[in-house]
Amino acid sequence: MANFSKSTVPQFSVEVYQNEYLPEGGREVNAIVTVTSTGGGTTGRRSLTGAPAATALPGQGPNAAVVIMVDCSGSMDYPPTKMRNARDATSAAIDTLRDGVAFAVVAGTHVAKEVYPGNGALAVADAATRAEAKNALRRLSAGGGTAIGTWLGLADRLLASADVSIRHGILLTDGRNEHETPEDLKAALDACAGRFTCDARGVGTDWVVKEVTGIASAMLGTADIVADPAGLAADFTEMMENAMGKEVADVALRLWTPVGVEIKFVKQVAPTVEELTERRTQANTRAGDYPTGSWGDESRDYHVCVQVPEAGVGQEMLAARVSLILPAADGTSQVLSQGLVRAVWTDDMVASTSINPQVAHYTGQAELAQVIQQGLEARKSGDFDGATAKLGRAVQLAADSGNADTAKLLSKVVDVVDAATGTVRLKAKVADADEMTLETRSTKTVRVKK
Amino acid sequence: MSQMHQPTALSTCPSCEEPLESGDLFCGACGYDLSAVPPPPDDHPTIVMNGAPGTAPSGGVAWPAAAEADSTATPAPVQVPGELPGLDSTGVPLSGHTAGGHRAAPPVPSAAPVAPVAPTGDFELPAPAPAVGAGAPPSVPHVTDHPSAEPPDLADPRTVAPPVPAGTKLCVACRAGHVDTDGYCENCGHAQPRERDHVEQELDAVAAVSDRGLRHHRNEDAFAVSSAALPDGSPAVIAIVCDGVSSATRPDEASAAASAAANEVLLAALPRGTHPQQAMHEAIVAAAEAVNVLAGPPGQSGDQEPAHRAQNAPACTIVGAVVVSGLLVIGWVGDSRAYWVPDDRTGSPARLTEDDSWAAQMVAAGLMNEAEAYADERAHAITGWLGADAYELEPHTASFKPDRPGVVVVCTDGLWNYAESPQEMARVLPPDAAGRPLRAAQVLVGHALDGGGHDNVTVALLPFAVPRHGAGSDRA
Repeated sequence: MANFSKSTVPQFSVEVYQNEYLPEGGREVNAIVTVTSTGGGTTGRRSLTGAPAATALPGQGPNAAVVIMVDCSGSMDYPPTKMRNARDATSAAIDTLRDGVAFAVVAGTHVAKEVYPGNGALAVADAATRAEAKNALRRLSAGGGTAIGTWLGLADRLLASADVSIRHGILLTDGRNEHETPEDLKAALDACAGRFTCDARGVGTDWVVKEVTGIASAMLGTADIVADPAGLAADFTEMMENAMGKEVADVALRLWTPVGVEIKFVKQVAPTVEELTERRTQANTRAGDYPTGSWGDESRDYHVCVQVPEAGVGQEMLAARVSLILPAADGTSQVLSQGLVRAVWTDDMVASTSINPQVAHYTGQAELAQVIQQGLEARKSGDFDGATAKLGRAVQLAADSGNADTAKLLSKVVDVVDAATGTVRLKAKVADADEMTLETRSTKTVRVKK
Repeated sequence: MSQMHQPTALSTCPSCEEPLESGDLFCGACGYDLSAVPPPPDDHPTIVMNGAPGTAPSGGVAWPAAAEADSTATPAPVQVPGELPGLDSTGVPLSGHTAGGHRAAPPVPSAAPVAPVAPTGDFELPAPAPAVGAGAPPSVPHVTDHPSAEPPDLADPRTVAPPVPAGTKLCVACRAGHVDTDGYCENCGHAQPRERDHVEQELDAVAAVSDRGLRHHRNEDAFAVSSAALPDGSPAVIAIVCDGVSSATRPDEASAAASAAANEVLLAALPRGTHPQQAMHEAIVAAAEAVNVLAGPPGQSGDQEPAHRAQNAPACTIVGAVVVSGLLVIGWVGDSRAYWVPDDRTGSPARLTEDDSWAAQMVAAGLMNEAEAYADERAHAITGWLGADAYELEPHTASFKPDRPGVVVVCTDGLWNYAESPQEMARVLPPDAAGRPLRAAQVLVGHALDGGGHDNVTVALLPFAVPRHGAGSDRA
């Protein structure tokens, strides 16, 4: 392991799960890469290695800034509890801010307005600023449209004013992004991606799942539904706690591949399915970086699939080298940890035909997310046969892999006749909240049963 | 031991006859691995001390006193190769040794037949064979005449090594990239030859070669060769060969640990005067323990291994041979073998071990004949091995007292699959094997590679000479 000079950087470990054995003529190599970081902030502000994390040092503020974006469009007043709950949730989130964290609150409509501190900068959390901020929330009132791109733009400007390494946003919306074009939103996301991370939440059922999940995906944050506004406070508190746990930002997954090896896909598969293949930036001639955002104490799994050139039985090659990279201010980068994906050609059929359990599991989880989305899409477009087939397959996969949460969500959309064979009937009447919950959470995966 | 690189002596690829350029590490046409190859044999081949005239210690070699009173009071049963059945370490004849099949007892040697000594009998050595006793030079061609003009067809296909510039670590596969610290090419990703891919070692009276073969990605065989001095100063030569069980986890570590442990025990026991057969028994037990230790607590290993082998503890076979003056001791577990090939090829060669394998068991039980048994797909399933999940460790040992000079071939199935019967083994063993054991071992490995090299190939050769002045003649 590398010796980290900065105690704030968690220890990263990389484990590779694969069946490296290929039959004669075999070319596709699959591997699950488990990345675990420990020693970050979520262990009670103390690193697991015993050295105190920087956040705990007196006189030195935490290395983080957070901007909360609250939807204040006119629809937030229908019902009025929605605005009240959003205010309470923001208040709860502010209470969760650690001392020293830079923060701001933005009210979002068709334009973005600073609510607190309001001078184009960020406040530093302490007892006084937290009280001021909560006071300022009283001024929040509903009225106007929704243009999320402008909210993100303001959040970016505010976050950029702080000299911190962790920059995070929390975005709450209740409606359709209808006062700017989708292109505007995309442009804003492109501009902000990589500059800060952002969690997105939809409250109620009048928002568009694809918009919210799209924002979270682009900003390397989480997306979820809070169907009942009363649940907002708990959700905001949890999001803020997660944000406070982040200790290192801008970590990239670097994939080195030798000449002749083609990358078929790279995706995060746990805790959620996140396609990364197209988000590669070339690091050097043989390696590319995929963004992973910021890390606290956590573990994520990635599925890497590459195609190697043919080689004879008995040959061995390195198909890919997976490393976690932390860019430094001076343009260099630090390798946090790395793992090897190998290919070994054998004429032992038992070895070459066995499928690694991790690879099989996550292949199933990725398919699960896909068939749920396809099934709901088919249902919306009136293709009930297609929807039944896709959602039936989803029920089967969820039951197979022990993904109980997803199975439960599915059972609110379809009547399960036989989970093992995937025999289901579409429910005649499905609550909007249930359908949106299933769609939003379709990418959540479970880990391999041990 | 380590690979040595010398300018190529051949102008064409030993595999496909493609012309080579000096500096080639792989054949440009067929990709033949020319990199991890030994240099041609030394210009002055070592003449084994117990196989060549005039090199026996003056005063003759007396069998140590330990023979009669070894540490366990186990008498040393001895036999001539012509009456091949060995005894196991408890003195019980090995199973399946009724004469028959291709292992029919060879004709009784004419010169000095040696009757097996009864377990309780006096430990007498036979009168030396006249030819040897008279100091007649054994037939050892090519000793000094034209050592560099070795006919290419005799060569191990890999005995050609192009020069490698010192300090560079250029990939042997693409020749374009440098080798990264983790052993793979930074350009094409190909694994680089490892030290164990091809290993050679030669001592005064023993030589061994181990090779990855052509179909396996790593060498899971291992060997150890050494020599020790008995209490009376006479030499003892040791060779251990182990074959890692591929269906178990970390077979390469198992074979390395077993061969090293067995060798260590023999090196310690023989100078103390332990009877070689007893020492061999102890060595196999120690080797088994060394392999057992490799099986960590459950769940500790195997994450990087495919599921089908993750649950199997490391395991390997073992075969060992010890040559002391006039006596040959063999020990084994599994299907690695030892063969006896007399220098005078008119005498009959013989197999000295009995496989712990499905096929051997079927034949021994009389359920199948040899042809049927070895044609079965289960033939090579071994029924005995070293490892934590072995049913019960049953080390087999046997003592032989050859009456004539010859060579002991100690090998894994990677070789004997291509020369199964003693007659075949004798055919592929070069006639000058006793004089140039390393060269002969290379030839045997080359024979297996030419046959397809489907498994790792390991062979150790121990020339055996009948002592010029044995204890028996001293007493006579």
